[in-house]
Amino acid sequence: MAKIRPNNTLKLALAVLASSPLAWLVYLIALEIAEPTSGLGPDPAEGLLHYLGEWSMIMLLVAFSVTSVRRIFKQPFLATSRRMMGLFAFAYVVLHLLAYILLYVELSWQLLLKDFVERTYITAGIAGFLGLLAMAITSTKGWRRRLGQNWLRLHKVIYLVVPLALLHLIWLRKDGFGDIALYLLWFAILLGERGYRVKRFRKAAT
Amino acid sequence: MLIGKSPKIPTSEINSETTYLNRRKFMGQSAALIAGASLMSTAQAGLRADDEITPEDIVTQFNNFYEFGTDKSDPFENAHTMTTDPWTVNVSGEAKKTGDFAFEDIIKGMTAEERIYRFRCVEAWSMVVPWMGISLKKILEQFEPTGNAKYVEFKTLVRPEEMPGQSSFFSSIDWPYTEGLRMDEAYNPLSIMVTGVFGKELPNQNGAPWRLMVPWKYGFKSVKSIVSIRFTDQEPINTWQQLQASEYGFYANVNPSVSHPRWSQASERRLPSTLFNTNRRPTLPFNGYAEEVAHLYKGMDLRKSF
Ligand code: HEM
Repeated sequence: MAKIRPNNTLKLALAVLASSPLAWLVYLIALEIAEPTSGLGPDPAEGLLHYLGEWSMIMLLVAFSVTSVRRIFKQPFLATSRRMMGLFAFAYVVLHLLAYILLYVELSWQLLLKDFVERTYITAGIAGFLGLLAMAITSTKGWRRRLGQNWLRLHKVIYLVVPLALLHLIWLRKDGFGDIALYLLWFAILLGERGYRVKRFRKAAT
Repeated sequence: MLIGKSPKIPTSEINSETTYLNRRKFMGQSAALIAGASLMSTAQAGLRADDEITPEDIVTQFNNFYEFGTDKSDPFENAHTMTTDPWTVNVSGEAKKTGDFAFEDIIKGMTAEERIYRFRCVEAWSMVVPWMGISLKKILEQFEPTGNAKYVEFKTLVRPEEMPGQSSFFSSIDWPYTEGLRMDEAYNPLSIMVTGVFGKELPNQNGAPWRLMVPWKYGFKSVKSIVSIRFTDQEPINTWQQLQASEYGFYANVNPSVSHPRWSQASERRLPSTLFNTNRRPTLPFNGYAEEVAHLYKGMDLRKSF
């Protein structure tokens, strides 16, 4: 495949793609405001949480895929989009968390704390969120420079965040594991690709 | 047609919080009732002032019926494929009259009465539904359960070719969906077999042609599209308990003080809930039916027998 040079049009296209689920959500919310239950159903709290949850998971895996796709298809330009995709994933998770705070515990920090302690899937979700928060805050050029080698080390936390998000999902799901199977397969393939690179790199070094 | 107060649940009439909803709306629709049963009386046990009937399209389009998929819109979309006529029910176990019965024969001559009940899902949402149903006691007694019958177990239809959830590779449920009650729970006047809703025939997605309704328990106890009734001296292992015994027990009484690992049960969203008003309210012990059923559990530790 021909190498594509970094260009803003492509980056913009990626951004549009990554935000299209949000645009759709804005449309659903508009329907909902015009006529309750018409956009998000009779239980919009759950509808919204599930919609944002699924897209958080997908965007997280998309962001985690950027490096592998870049290597497999030899498209170095993608490196410039990795941060953007990571921030998109973070944005979905923030909205998901916000929906939870506004519509599930309804601004009760006491209930949130109780959930965090009592419900393992919430514990995993919040741990995952904190990992992403650290990555998002330090995603700027300034932080990258300041942290030096430690920046790479810190951003390895993604290897914890994705399994935490998967655990969150596995623990809360009662039945119907089709999407989870797909996410696990997707994650396994990406890990496989990374393992393969490391092995080749080691071989080349000896 | 006779519209009267139910003689069975007198407590509802002395409860000051109780109110009677407008029944007129349902009277006109009673003609559509299924053969063999007719609307005779109305009961609204323990309805509260703020209990508003949930709109029909929500009751019939927002369902958990995993035989048709795990999304709440799946049953409405998929359940039309289920054939409910003919419908045979197998009765077995500790009873004098056992064997295969045609559904129409079981309910022949019986009266479906309207019961407006709160319906509380373990997922922390709730509705208020005008069911049409027949006393479960009346139905079960005709099979003459013996003294050994301590429990009654119900099973849902298994027909993967008509129920996409049952043929799904990604489901871990061991079909048939199984539920059960203690005999004294089954004989409680609140317990009914539902054959209709909103004065019409019960739609497939709500469990046609008949389903259980025990309003003081979480919704998953009220098993749908029943094809098997078994009387037994052993506590049946219900489907959710089988899947996740640490989270779901046999009793599943609505109880705000027993927290579930997935959902706090302290409160619930009464549907329709909206983005700007989730319509959250505190969950009541036994879903507000403590007066009618709390005596069944005297001396039991309901934190352990959840
Ligand atoms: C690390 C990032 C996270 C990801 C990728 C994620 C993903 C998901 C997914 C995929 C679902 C299920 C949607 C479905 O079943 O259709 C979900 C549900 C949920 N998530 Fe998250 N989540 C994350 C973080 C959080 C956090 C931080 C919280 C709250 C503190 C949270 C609370 C919930 C709740 C309450 C549900 C719904 C439970 C229910 O069905 O009632 N999640 N999440």
